Amino acid sequence: MATVEIRNVRKSYGPVEAIKGIDIAIQDGEFLVLLGPSGCGKSTLLRMVAGLEGITGGEIAIGGRVVNHLDPKDRDIAMVFQNYALYPHMTVFDNMAYGLKIRGIPKAEIRARVDKAANILELGRFLDRRPSQLSGGQRQRVAMGRAIVREPAAFLFDEPLSNLDAKLRTQMRVEIKRLQDRLGITSLYVTHDQVEAMTLADRILVMNHGVAEQIGTPLEVYQRPASLFVAGFIGSPPMNVLDGRIDDRGEAVLLPGGQRLPLPRPRATDAGRPVKLGIRPEHMAVAADGFSIEIELVEALGADTVVYGRLPDGETLLVRMAGIPTVRERDRLTVAPQDGALHLFDAVTGRRME
Amino acid sequence: MKQTRFIDLVPHIVLIAGVLIFAYPIYVTLIGSTWDAGTIGRGGLPLWPGGEGAANYAQAWVGEAGERAMYTPVRTMMLNSLVMALSIALGKIAISILSAYAVAFFRFPLRMAFFWLIFITLMLPVEVRIIPTYKVVADLGLINTYAGLAIPLIASATATLLFRQFFLTIPDELLEAAKIDGAGPVRFFIDVVLPLSRTNIAALFVILFIYGWNQYLWPLLVTSSGDMETIVTGITKMIGTGESANDWHIIMATTVLAMLPPVAVVVFMQRWFVKGLVDSEK
Repeated sequence: MATVEIRNVRKSYGPVEAIKGIDIAIQDGEFLVLLGPSGCGKSTLLRMVAGLEGITGGEIAIGGRVVNHLDPKDRDIAMVFQNYALYPHMTVFDNMAYGLKIRGIPKAEIRARVDKAANILELGRFLDRRPSQLSGGQRQRVAMGRAIVREPAAFLFDEPLSNLDAKLRTQMRVEIKRLQDRLGITSLYVTHDQVEAMTLADRILVMNHGVAEQIGTPLEVYQRPASLFVAGFIGSPPMNVLDGRIDDRGEAVLLPGGQRLPLPRPRATDAGRPVKLGIRPEHMAVAADGFSIEIELVEALGADTVVYGRLPDGETLLVRMAGIPTVRERDRLTVAPQDGALHLFDAVTGRRME
Repeated sequence: MKQTRFIDLVPHIVLIAGVLIFAYPIYVTLIGSTWDAGTIGRGGLPLWPGGEGAANYAQAWVGEAGERAMYTPVRTMMLNSLVMALSIALGKIAISILSAYAVAFFRFPLRMAFFWLIFITLMLPVEVRIIPTYKVVADLGLINTYAGLAIPLIASATATLLFRQFFLTIPDELLEAAKIDGAGPVRFFIDVVLPLSRTNIAALFVILFIYGWNQYLWPLLVTSSGDMETIVTGITKMIGTGESANDWHIIMATTVLAMLPPVAVVVFMQRWFVKGLVDSEK
């Protein structure tokens, strides 16, 4: 168990900068999720921690020791890969034991550690099988077993659930969470799935184009997205974003459609400034006055309903309502944001305005 | 029903015809090796076995003088052929798997240059470079040695390419997982790459053993003494030219014996061979 510190880490491929200076200190036993779209650099960052990619600039320290120039085997980490990366010709037992064998750990202790891990992961019956004789979920568990037996300072997960079907993914997600709670090993987990991020993480690092857009707990990231990118990436369906302007007294936001939404607290210094206004679909409710929309599409999901409405000026507005649909397509509806549901972002930089 | 029956029949007829065409000469050889020289010499070889089989094979094996000439005993030639074929097959596999491992898994300067250098040797088969090769082998004093027989045939671009293509299908993550597990390049090769290549190695062994066994031109050039004779060159030397009479019964017995090791290799390795060609458990 250990801390993992990433200090102003950069990665360049020739002239292209893939990671543009990431800074984060991961606490002992913390579960950090690296979240972002494909190509944002999250996997690269993880592989730099693992030692599978070189570090162009900055420092990575595991357990207080700078590991920039250490081989992966000397970094005291274990990694779980997306395609499991099990040795196909070895039994489940040998797959888990291989790393220990190389390190010259006595046979009896290897046996004990593998048995213990197999027990935790309910793999006991499969120890003599080959990976090809296992299902996807079982293979994923073997991959995790291989990480557990090493008793490393940190676990690195590279999209471990992406190859599983939806049902198994939910199940394995819960298992990973339980496992990490039980073992308390510092974990870095790369995913592009926001549900995995929200459910697993102690903290989320949202990445975009090699930059940390926001670092925070799942609820912070949801409730106070630091940028338009985060606002759009977290939450499903995504947040509505409308162009607006703060009125001359700094008390409300004026929208092109003529609506006037009062601000929770006046911001006199921003008077007259153009802004992007974000409202989550689940924070809109039917109201006496507010946005008048024409309903274009109704998605009934059972537990709730997503309504795609069109504003008079042509913008789309999503509204999420609890329960089964009570409206139909081409109906007219008036909706308004709930109190405190407004998010303001700078119209140019996209950063959050507090 | 009738239709499909007929359609099923056609491939069988074609296959049986093919088998007969291929098998008939072998059958004649087998039968010929069981008659005495006189019967064959009169030109009327019967199509049923004669009674001289045991004597003919014994004579060929120990190589006592035939009725008309002296030969190198088959046991000597078989041993020479076996050593040559095994050295070529195992040597080719060992060298090509290592060079393929280097080309496929390591990044070093001029990597692709080396790869293409190996690749273009495909355009230069033994026959094309036979004179310079002979010169080199002769200068090294390897004429009439096993080393001289085998070493010039060991380098193999084909096997290197086959192994390289197979190695490219091994996922990068496997290598990375091994790195994290602490396996260096040598351990990764021994613990992961070699076991995964088992079926490919077996398939190549079959092909290369037969290739080595059937070598003709090179052994003919590089051996001059009878006790280094390989069986393929030995058989042709048994057949005299022009008007000379031949000990056909001994020649046929020798031919049958010469077929046995390749047949044995194919029969014993068949399961692996087929697995290596079709199977890709990764």
